[in-house]
Amino acid sequence: MTRDSAIEVEALHKRFGEVVALDGLDLIAPEGQVLALLGPNGAGKTTLVRALATLLVPDAGRARVLGIDVVADPLGVRREIGLAGQFAAVDEILTGRENLEMVGMLYHLGRAESARRAREVLERFELTDAADRRTSTYSGGMRRRLDLAATLVGQPRVLFLDEPTTGLDPRGRAQLWDMIRELRREGTTILLTTQYLEEADQLAQLIAVIDQGRIVAEGTAGELKERVGRDRLIVRLADAGRMEDATVALSALADDGPLDAPGECGLSLPMSGPDLPAEVVRALDRARLGIVGLEVRSPTLDDVFFALIGRHVEPEAEQPQEVAA
Amino acid sequence: MISRVPLRDAASDCVVMARRGLIESVRKPALLVFTFIEPVILIVIFRYAFGGAIKVPNGDYANFLMPGILVLTAVFGAIVTGIGLSEDLSKGIVDRLRSLPIARSAVLVGRTLSDLARNAGNVIIIFVVGFLVGFDPNQPITRILAAVLLLLAFAYVFSWISATVGLLVRDPETAQGAGFVWVFPLTFISSAFVPTNTMPPVVKAIADVNPITLCVDAVRALTIGGAATGPVLGTLAWLAGLSLVFIPFAVARYRALQ
Repeated sequence: MTRDSAIEVEALHKRFGEVVALDGLDLIAPEGQVLALLGPNGAGKTTLVRALATLLVPDAGRARVLGIDVVADPLGVRREIGLAGQFAAVDEILTGRENLEMVGMLYHLGRAESARRAREVLERFELTDAADRRTSTYSGGMRRRLDLAATLVGQPRVLFLDEPTTGLDPRGRAQLWDMIRELRREGTTILLTTQYLEEADQLAQLIAVIDQGRIVAEGTAGELKERVGRDRLIVRLADAGRMEDATVALSALADDGPLDAPGECGLSLPMSGPDLPAEVVRALDRARLGIVGLEVRSPTLDDVFFALIGRHVEPEAEQPQEVAA
Repeated sequence: MISRVPLRDAASDCVVMARRGLIESVRKPALLVFTFIEPVILIVIFRYAFGGAIKVPNGDYANFLMPGILVLTAVFGAIVTGIGLSEDLSKGIVDRLRSLPIARSAVLVGRTLSDLARNAGNVIIIFVVGFLVGFDPNQPITRILAAVLLLLAFAYVFSWISATVGLLVRDPETAQGAGFVWVFPLTFISSAFVPTNTMPPVVKAIADVNPITLCVDAVRALTIGGAATGPVLGTLAWLAGLSLVFIPFAVARYRALQ
């Protein structure tokens, strides 16, 4: 029998008392790819991950990981998966190495092989220097890396990452992104949850948007973005009195001309390509117009939601990317 | 086909989890304070502050007190099981463990076994502290060893009660508080510090069937003399009953975690 989906979910239901967490959710994740589950808090992301990782039993529906049913054969599923939850589940009383060796022993790899794997993943996650320190001394980023490292000790074929970068600083996030990309190149199927469109865009081949326990949209980042609109470049002007001059100076750089940026002394242009910021600076310089700021603004999760279901979600922390002015 | 954990792997899982628990016991000074300093404080308070005012049957309060303190040491040690378990639950460590292909029983069995080993250490240390304050067991060594075994069995079964509490409350602070809610009255309405025959009839009736009273009386008889059979059998009956209720209950709670 052939199978090309690593994860198959059919009409999955789960409720906690009055709260419906999963409301007939369907999802298919192809093998060897990163699938991002994008949605706001309370959408059902964590519940789905926990059901797939056999931590909770769904009320109805079916879920299979590599063809193994999560309810009928949870142990079979556990042999194939790795799970990194929302909070780094490292044992603070143990050192980094002891944490990893313990996981190796629990995968029944034996003492020597557990030690070897632990060394390997410590190296890979740049934790070798801190390996013999208790993890209570680790920074947030190091804990996350160790947590992810622990999921890899058993060399899982399917990896579940529940909001892997929440709470990390930009550098920590970038590091984790690189590691996730590398795992994917090695053929690991990854399902990750995120509240950030940018993160899904950076990492995933496929994005599934989840809301109120159902998948409301699925597709590649490009397909979803087309439904939402592109990134925009916001240009903040030094002199509010010269907005019209600036509009004229930039008119050639946007198909429909620049728009007034809402709530700011500046203009907004669709981000047509990587050269746009430089061209904007040159055009304004020629017109002797001062700039105090340039910012690329990505569509936020709220924009995606608004475009897809016509409803706003709670505002999340913004992730602006400043371009030097 | 449904996968199962082979027995050898299941045994290894329990050992790995017990080993982790032992490392935790050694590295957490707070645990030592809780399980060792506490009985020592009680020894000092009761032996030297209250002891002079407490009349006991054969007149020697150190000999009367120490079996009570030893049982309390076992019970306090058992409370730690629930605290540790709820800590693992609240920090997501149990989630990690449940996502691994390990025997489901390993988390509970491993933790109760490592707590048993720690409690054995505590009981021995408190025995030695007892000698320093005038505890003078005059019974043959076989009876004293029997007393130690009974104390360890008591500690182990109470670890499972504590584990059940930890699984129900899922938060270390609450587990600690909840631990004392049942341990505190249970220890004071017993023969641990005072003979029960001065208590009002209703309280005495409760104290006399209290498993702590039975265990204290058994340890007393096995160390400083007296009729041991009754209280030993009473203690064993309690332990059997409590095991039959709390071990399956704790296991069921663990399996029902979501």
